Amino acid sequence: MSDLRPAMETLERIRTRLEAAVAGAELEVVANGAVAAQGSLRVDAAHAVAVARFLRDDAQLQLDYCSNVTGVDWLDRVVRTTVRTRRVIDGLERELEQTTEHTVPGYLEAVYHLYSVALRHGPLVLRQRTADRADGARVASLTPVWRSAEFQEREVYDLFGVVFEGHPDLRRILMWDEFRDHPMRKDYVEPDDYEYEPTPHDEVLAKARRHYAGAGGDRA
Amino acid sequence: MEEGLRRELAQQGIVTTTLADLYNWGRRNSLWPLNFGLACCAIEMIAASMARFDISRFGAEVFRPSPRQADLMIVAGTVTKKMAPQVVRLYNQMPEPKYVIAMGACAISGGPFKQGYNVLKGIDRYLPVDVHIPGCPPRPEALLHALMALQEKIRGQALTGPARPRHLQSEAPSEFPVPQFGAHDLEPPHHPELWQPPAVVGGES
Repeated sequence: MSDLRPAMETLERIRTRLEAAVAGAELEVVANGAVAAQGSLRVDAAHAVAVARFLRDDAQLQLDYCSNVTGVDWLDRVVRTTVRTRRVIDGLERELEQTTEHTVPGYLEAVYHLYSVALRHGPLVLRQRTADRADGARVASLTPVWRSAEFQEREVYDLFGVVFEGHPDLRRILMWDEFRDHPMRKDYVEPDDYEYEPTPHDEVLAKARRHYAGAGGDRA
Repeated sequence: MEEGLRRELAQQGIVTTTLADLYNWGRRNSLWPLNFGLACCAIEMIAASMARFDISRFGAEVFRPSPRQADLMIVAGTVTKKMAPQVVRLYNQMPEPKYVIAMGACAISGGPFKQGYNVLKGIDRYLPVDVHIPGCPPRPEALLHALMALQEKIRGQALTGPARPRHLQSEAPSEFPVPQFGAHDLEPPHHPELWQPPAVVGGES
């Protein structure tokens, strides 16, 4: 019953107002190519807390409820760009295709889903992006703005390894303290504690073969 | 004593028994479980203790909140790797004689979480399990069946000789090593004397 719910402003309008309200904030509307077309607003870590406070306190938005915090792992990816040029070769004009490749370094993202209980609208999807997937995996904690983000930011820290600066109590929450990996990262290698599976197939079969090849088993 | 004579005497009101029978009768009809649950299987375990299924018919209704007073550990639910050391420690704190029922797909093998990174693929990697119950979750009847299977196992145990139960063997272990939290997995990943990975892979090869 969307007509009963007051619609939220468009992301573009929110961005324009934010740029006026928070000086120097780098904001980007990230389009979503999927059917739902739910765009999101990316904010740089330095201004994230100021932007979050504006989103929470602004009279027209009043995004007072942070329902969900999650992480996304983007690996290094190779982007191919094809350029078509026309050249004259042997007296004939021909179309040539030139493909260049460049690698986009990977990064991690923290994604916040914000709603307004007071105005009954949402969600607004807020993103923060880290510089890289190693030492620069840092964003600003929004727990000072939405208290409900505390445990979920700890979970993103635990499973993705994103460090939330300004978090009051940043510790692992699901895995044990001695654990060193971040299991939700796409390049995570799980411990080889595989065991007999009656009908292995696909990835499980590949895993079984790897295990029994390593253990010197009889069938691999 | 011959079985026929024994039955005839019983009809006349004279009950005869042996020390082993009496000892095993006492052990198997007072299996007090440890009061803890790990996941949804625990709900079925609770249902088994309520009036409809009534586990007290088998002498196992006294759920003890302390491992010092418990005889039976029902591992009811998913054992995560973070929880496994605590489960082993609770088992070590129980006095002999003590028994373990692994209840449900997770406790016996990891179940639907078998391919995950954070779930122990069966508590039999660290503890000597007496009865395994499949099911996700097993119904209370299955738990009662497992209890009866355990009672049958106790009934048939000889008190002397090499096949005598573990608590009557002075050299047999009563405690098992508690796994440590490692940087990537539990250390060790299993107790090598209790459990070894099977050497066969099914399916196409």
